[in-house]
Amino acid sequence: MDISGADLVRAAAFIGAGIAMGLGAIGPGVGEGFVGGKACEAIGRNPEEAGLLTRTMLVAQAVAESTGIYSLVVALLLIFVV
Amino acid sequence: MDIALDTVSIVKAGQFLGAGISMGFGAIGAAVGEGFVGGYANCSIGRRVGMASPYTRTMLIGQAVAETSGIFALMVSVLLVFGDFSANGICAWTATMSAGICMGLGALGSGIGAGYPAQEALWGSARQPALGGQMTTSMLIGQAVCQTPAIFALVIAFMLMFKNCSGLDVWPYGASLIGAGIAMGFGAIGSGWGGGMAGGKACEGMARQPRLRSPLTTLMLVGQAVAQTPAIFALLVAIMLISIGPQKGTLLTSAAMLGAGISIGFGAIGSGMGNGVTAQGACEAISKESSTTKEMLTFMLVGQAVGQTPVIFALVVSLMLMFIKFQIPATIVGFCALLAAGISMGLAAIGSGYGNGDTAESACKAVASNPEGKSGILPLMLVGQAVGQTPAIFGLLVAFILMFGSYSGPATLPAAMAVLAAGISMGFGGIGPGVGNGITAAAACEAAGYRPEERGLLMRTMLVAQAVAQSTAIYALVIAFVLIFVV
Repeated sequence: MDISGADLVRAAAFIGAGIAMGLGAIGPGVGEGFVGGKACEAIGRNPEEAGLLTRTMLVAQAVAESTGIYSLVVALLLIFVV
Repeated sequence: MDIALDTVSIVKAGQFLGAGISMGFGAIGAAVGEGFVGGYANCSIGRRVGMASPYTRTMLIGQAVAETSGIFALMVSVLLVFGDFSANGICAWTATMSAGICMGLGALGSGIGAGYPAQEALWGSARQPALGGQMTTSMLIGQAVCQTPAIFALVIAFMLMFKNCSGLDVWPYGASLIGAGIAMGFGAIGSGWGGGMAGGKACEGMARQPRLRSPLTTLMLVGQAVAQTPAIFALLVAIMLISIGPQKGTLLTSAAMLGAGISIGFGAIGSGMGNGVTAQGACEAISKESSTTKEMLTFMLVGQAVGQTPVIFALVVSLMLMFIKFQIPATIVGFCALLAAGISMGLAAIGSGYGNGDTAESACKAVASNPEGKSGILPLMLVGQAVGQTPAIFGLLVAFILMFGSYSGPATLPAAMAVLAAGISMGFGGIGPGVGNGITAAAACEAAGYRPEERGLLMRTMLVAQAVAQSTAIYALVIAFVLIFVV
């Protein structure tokens, strides 16, 4: 198997994409789960505010999602752009 | 630099690497566990200064048991430093290094786990001084069971060290031995750690409610025994890899054996810990509400059984990797694909396994807070656990696609790294959403305990939250697909 410089660069970009998306997905998953859990807890205590709590939960989860989206973008950049 | 490679030097190098890995990792768990014990001994003595000498004695007994796995690691290390295994053939270099990996990692969970029963026994005696001697006995029972995975690891380490593999090739038989070490070493972590957590809460409960000593002991032992299942799966795979590992084959066979070890080794971590966490919740629950003792056993076992799913997926992938003859080209791409299948399944199972356990823990506690509402909590727990299984299912899906792909393109380095990266992306990417899904469902179960009339609302909120928390696992799946199919 002959390996050129371009091959090496491409191979490294793919591995980088896998690492970025794989590790980058850990935090948002845990964080969003935690937010969801607390929302359930709060709704349990105060069901009449369910609408407000669900809205707050979704906003918070959307923010927590951001680093996951950054990882996705970086992974796609590594695969398709560079 | 000239390197003269004779068998004796290569095997010695493997032995020394193994010795370092064994003692290095093996020192972590025992020390952390003993630190917990020592810390709580200080708290207890601070609370009851007059009892300093019996508490110090209990502390030293507890620490001595927690030391066991560290001593196993030392023993394996010393054998590897001073022994000469070169008579076992060239494969002995992977065998001895693998023995080190197996014992070092295998000591981690049991060492940390053994700390929990001892810390709770000490703190419990400080709360209820009349119980002194009883608590030491309960501590020892709780600690003994969580040593099991470390003993499994020791057995495999010895099998590896003394395996006579003269005349066999490093590829694939040597690779299969490394797979065995990875399987048992990593596979022991969760069961040891989780079993210890269960023992800790049982001891705490016995100190709070001495009359519940016998139901708590039963619940603890059953819970710990079930939590051993993932470690037993890992043990079986490790024994198979050593005893019926392939003696002939291509590089592809080597990758399959390594992948088999990685799949079950990592896959056992989450379910083992999760099962332990569930047992911990059940013990805590009956010590708060003793009338629920009977249904708690059922609840715990159902929760643990569902929490076993991810490790069973991992076992299936391991067995497939070991026994199926794959129709994929024996190139670097095929090699990476089989390795990646193991990585994808093994790692993705960690989060779901742990998260499932966390959900079941809170469900047990919710039953104790509202025994009449148990029929409403069970569906919430099961739905929550089922959704929490999604990342593990994604991991399984990617593993299947990787194992049965055609790989008709040219075997270049980028193509190989693309499939490897697909496994890495899906494997790691499944961990967080699995844990997060479990946390959400846990809180929903807990809330349903004190607000049974809001079950429908809670179920809806839980599902929305879990769906959102799934998103990053879906991104990881998409990236894995792009890496496999597009590039």
